[in-house]
Amino acid sequence: MTEYIIKNGCVVDPTQGINSQKMDICIKDGKFVDKVSGAAKVIDASGKLVMAAGVDIHSHVAGPKVDMGRLFRPEDKLFRSPMRGKNTRMEMGFSVPSTTKTGYDYARLGFSFVMEAAMPPLEAAHVHEEIRDTPIIDEGAMPVLANNWFLLEYFKNGEIENAGAYASWILNATRGFALKCVNPGGTEAWGWGLNCITIHDKVPYFDITPAEIVAGLMETNEYLRLPHSVHVHANNLGNPGNYTTTLDTLKLAEGFAPNNDFGREQVMHHTHIQFHCYGGESFKSDSFESKSKEVMDYVNSRKKLTVDIGQVTLDETTTMTADGPFEYHLTHMNHLKWSNVDVELETAAGIVPFVYDPATFIAGAQWAIGLEIALFAKDKDRCFVTTDHPNAGPFWRYPRIYKWLLSAKARNDVIENQLKYGGKVIDRTYIGELADKEITLYELAQMTRSGVAKALGLKDMYGSLKTGLAANVAVYDIDPANLPSDPEQYEKAFGSCFAFFKDGILAVEDHEIVNYSMPKKTVWVNSIVPENKQVKRDIRDKFLHSYTIALDNYAVFDEHVHNPYAIKVDITS
Amino acid sequence: MSTVTVTLKKQPELYFEADLITPDQFAGKSAEEIGAVEISEGKIKYPLSTVATIGGAPGVTAAETMIVLNGDWSRVKRIGQQMTAGEIVINSNTDMYTGGWMKGGKITVNGDVDSFTGIAMAGGELMVNGKAENHVGCAYRGDWRGMTGGVLRVTGSAGNDIGTFMRGGTIIIEGDVFIHVLTHGEGGTIIIKGNVEGRVGGQAVKGAVYVFGTIKYMMPGYKYVDNVEAEIDGEKAVFAHYIGDLGERHPTSKNQIVFANLYLKK
Amino acid sequence: MSEVIKNVACPYCGACCDDLVVTVENGKILEVQNACVIGTEIYHHASREGRVGSPRMRQPDGTYKDITYDEAIDYTARMLIKAKKPLIYGFGSTNCEGQAAAGRVAEEAGAVLDNCASICHGSSFLAIFDTGYPSCTLGEVKNRADVVIYWGSNAAHAHPRHMSRYGVFPRGFFTNKGHRGRKVITVDPRYTDTARCSDIFLQVKQGHDYDLFDAFRMVMRGYVDDVPEIVAGIPKEKILEVCDIIKMGRYVHIFFGMGLCHSDGRNHNVDIAINLVRDINEITKCTIMAMRGHYNIAGPGVVWSWQFGFPYCIDLSKGSHAHMNPGETSSVDLANRGEVDAFINIGTDAGAHFPIRSFEKLGSRVPMVTIDPSVNMAATVSDVHIPVAIVGVETGGICYRMDNVPIQYRAVVPPYNGILTDEELFNRILNRMLELKTEGIECDGKWEYAKPLPSLIPVKIEPEA
Repeated sequence: MTEYIIKNGCVVDPTQGINSQKMDICIKDGKFVDKVSGAAKVIDASGKLVMAAGVDIHSHVAGPKVDMGRLFRPEDKLFRSPMRGKNTRMEMGFSVPSTTKTGYDYARLGFSFVMEAAMPPLEAAHVHEEIRDTPIIDEGAMPVLANNWFLLEYFKNGEIENAGAYASWILNATRGFALKCVNPGGTEAWGWGLNCITIHDKVPYFDITPAEIVAGLMETNEYLRLPHSVHVHANNLGNPGNYTTTLDTLKLAEGFAPNNDFGREQVMHHTHIQFHCYGGESFKSDSFESKSKEVMDYVNSRKKLTVDIGQVTLDETTTMTADGPFEYHLTHMNHLKWSNVDVELETAAGIVPFVYDPATFIAGAQWAIGLEIALFAKDKDRCFVTTDHPNAGPFWRYPRIYKWLLSAKARNDVIENQLKYGGKVIDRTYIGELADKEITLYELAQMTRSGVAKALGLKDMYGSLKTGLAANVAVYDIDPANLPSDPEQYEKAFGSCFAFFKDGILAVEDHEIVNYSMPKKTVWVNSIVPENKQVKRDIRDKFLHSYTIALDNYAVFDEHVHNPYAIKVDITS
Repeated sequence: MSTVTVTLKKQPELYFEADLITPDQFAGKSAEEIGAVEISEGKIKYPLSTVATIGGAPGVTAAETMIVLNGDWSRVKRIGQQMTAGEIVINSNTDMYTGGWMKGGKITVNGDVDSFTGIAMAGGELMVNGKAENHVGCAYRGDWRGMTGGVLRVTGSAGNDIGTFMRGGTIIIEGDVFIHVLTHGEGGTIIIKGNVEGRVGGQAVKGAVYVFGTIKYMMPGYKYVDNVEAEIDGEKAVFAHYIGDLGERHPTSKNQIVFANLYLKK
Repeated sequence: MSEVIKNVACPYCGACCDDLVVTVENGKILEVQNACVIGTEIYHHASREGRVGSPRMRQPDGTYKDITYDEAIDYTARMLIKAKKPLIYGFGSTNCEGQAAAGRVAEEAGAVLDNCASICHGSSFLAIFDTGYPSCTLGEVKNRADVVIYWGSNAAHAHPRHMSRYGVFPRGFFTNKGHRGRKVITVDPRYTDTARCSDIFLQVKQGHDYDLFDAFRMVMRGYVDDVPEIVAGIPKEKILEVCDIIKMGRYVHIFFGMGLCHSDGRNHNVDIAINLVRDINEITKCTIMAMRGHYNIAGPGVVWSWQFGFPYCIDLSKGSHAHMNPGETSSVDLANRGEVDAFINIGTDAGAHFPIRSFEKLGSRVPMVTIDPSVNMAATVSDVHIPVAIVGVETGGICYRMDNVPIQYRAVVPPYNGILTDEELFNRILNRMLELKTEGIECDGKWEYAKPLPSLIPVKIEPEA
């Protein structure tokens, strides 16, 4: 196999405490090695930044609602898609890119692993079909479980071993990666057109509260010793005054301790927390306010929590979430088209186009809150950059977010020149207090690489340049010894990496995609639990009476899982 | 204003697409450069000079450029797409998308046009001295932002879907139309001089429709309020004034519900 | 020894019943249980005499001669490269793997890629583009719905087990009284067999569903007094009665069919239905679903949306980007307007389903390849007919049910005579195209390979021995 040496680059790797050191990175047989032979192909990285490939903890890139987002928005393609490149296939879509554009764009950003944020178990085969057609990047997918009838019943009865046996069965059946929690209880209530706003609202019929569901999921997760923690999208997303619900949810983690062999330290990952840090009573500028400080003060004080930001990028985009009632709420605010899929016994999804218009106060305030969270975070290994793609903006805008975080000048330029109500945004948020604050490239690497991989329980696979790991590495046109004075250079450099290796195969060379046919992995968790006859019987029963497909056709057939990579977690031994 | 005359000499086996025939594209170009402008037929792209003869010269800017199209352009799509200024005169029928997404300037078609004429038009003037097919001044599929400005006049008849998702500007159809006028409208004005089969203003939030002829099937969601006298497109008349669509959502302004208005000549 | 295969999904309609039990012996199908009569027939068809076991090419005298797969693939690949704008249409009876492979071929060929939705629920797509799609999976209807409306859809005939599995009769978790706990309303110009199973039948005036929806929406928005005395042939009191049932429902669901998407106004009939669903949600829970026809006609919409961002009518001829605008890039319009110069009919029968004038323009003017297990009308006038394995019988794969739930299909017998699957065939066509391109074959629109038919009168063919 080909050998490579990335020569004279300036390396940043928080997993080894390397902070802008000039050194060579060697690649052989797909892995990082200490040295290579003289025959190795040289990538000259002098004056360039070398980082482990990026890791995305939360992005909606494959599956039924992502695809409905593509399907029902032809206007998202019209005059808004790039022209086809020389070596690549067509790339269609602005806010919800086609699978090819998704793979290519992540490669251009230098990302090796992306976690699909919400997989409805019943439609898992669809997720895996899209993963097959998404080039280059490795992917995993999280089954959504916080409104699942089995689990609601087990949690109600306090049957954690049964919940564990069922969750384990679901991970295996869907080839899923982690336990995803979206609007616990609220999405089941949406089956009747209702919602759960606080963590103490009872779920209709099931007579259980969101608090009990989140706690049950955490207990189940640690019982199963899974690589990733419970991945939570709390109740009351997007509403003014919701920060109290967020704090209530975060506090549920206090009773739990991490239990795993993957080096994960958190028991709850709270996703796109920007949408959950709102104060006030309405979206008007005399009421709405940022509560990012209050939430981040709490997060900073608890090592058992990680968050990602869900940064608003001020674009026209497409919102999509398993939080069905929220999307219904949204379509009534902007009167744009609304798709919804309630999934029997399991979950729901809603999709609505949305314009984060910098000419409105609220978009400016949301933009500010996301950045505040990143800047307030004390431990950058516990706070990650996301856009909750495509909800707050498309993922290929990450370089623009890096720019806003790395450069106070770039941020202030938005407030002064792009936001119509910049002054009001400063009044109602903390962004003004943070006017001088900037993160370093080392911190950026934590927020997009090392921290993310650790939180996912994948630190031995991604986010690091350690010898022996798979060679996923990106080279950018940024010289840490001589940082650019024009912040636009950050956006340009991070948006189109100079070189990118996926598993030791050169995917991007001199800013162009040169290879997209390399094998890519579907990473899933093979959870093994003691045999549980009751759960088996319960599963048979629900398929006999309530589901509309046969039990034997539910689990994804092996032939439909593309290049699977199983992480085995056996709690029986 | 300087004039470029393009005479089509070769007919396509399928259809030509001529989205690059606009004053914006021609302005400031030499005759040779204009000859190299691409016109496509399926997968094949031809230089314009291989299918047409080109005379005259463009102005320095689009606004100073006039393009006259002679010969038979009835199998040519997308003439004047996205133009911002200047003028195009077409002495022929044209195919689809004539003046699509145009932002300014003027197009005159001395002939008939096919569907999607003036799709998502934002400004300028589009004059069709002939008849049109369907989707005149409508939105692109899925877009809630249809025609937002400009004036689109058809002297003959038109088909269905006139001004779907319209938000601004004016459409005048001097002949008859079939069904769906101002469907999903949120603004703008449509004037129909002839008769309409039905579905006028269905699901319209705002906007105005004037019908000088008859409406065979009135939408149930339109309610008669009063008679008004008005001068519309140079014609003074008394109209029965309806508001609707009562089945659709409507915004409020100064504590008053804003409806779409339908005026039917008495 | 006979073998019994359980939980087999049925390759007939969009209901995708996956509880079939198929008994096979020595590669022959003996018995099919649980399927409706049409589904059963599809399985027996596979074991019947007269299957085509090899690609065939039409000869100058109108008869067909067997050719090899290599020859058929070479013909198809050349046609796709040389044509200025080929059309690949069909996919109603193809699995998603085949549809994805066809997407790669179409992109390389610069073709227009379209599926049967184009002449079926395509107008529903137009409505979904404009208004969205507040829907659900069929289990939600089964478990929760207490008011079910069939609008312009005759499930009793088109989807024979739909009412028993999902819509009317099943006892679900919150609906344990089955049909006794459900109000069923049918809206149709005809008194159909579905209407016979309903509590209420509204005989709407043909072509005026849009008006009736508008009246329903007026009631939902409180403009009861302004509703005319009769709308679309339905008296106001009947409209109010149905609206009361809807408002009192805990979970209302609307199934709509081609009665909406193929009468005047087409997409707008569906679009206003979806808007009614939005309105009802302000009062009680309501969802809506298109009664998709074929078992995997939802598939191409799903697959091509992730590949190209559009569900159908995808014009890839520009090479740089995909363009979609039904009315221009839809198969029947392309055929009518003479806008394509080569045609692949796959997994459907354009000969039977297109307006005859449209099909004549294709059949008599452009080279045509039919890819289908059976000899259908399109196959009888094609230059080349390539048989493929029957999905759901001879090959498995993923198919999307009418509610977009992926159903994993199974093969119950091996492909007849070792014929290829759609996916294998398209992959080989793609490889051949890449080879030909490196040999210098390019698009020139030249016609030496085409043998246009003088007329469309098919030649009678004797079944092969």
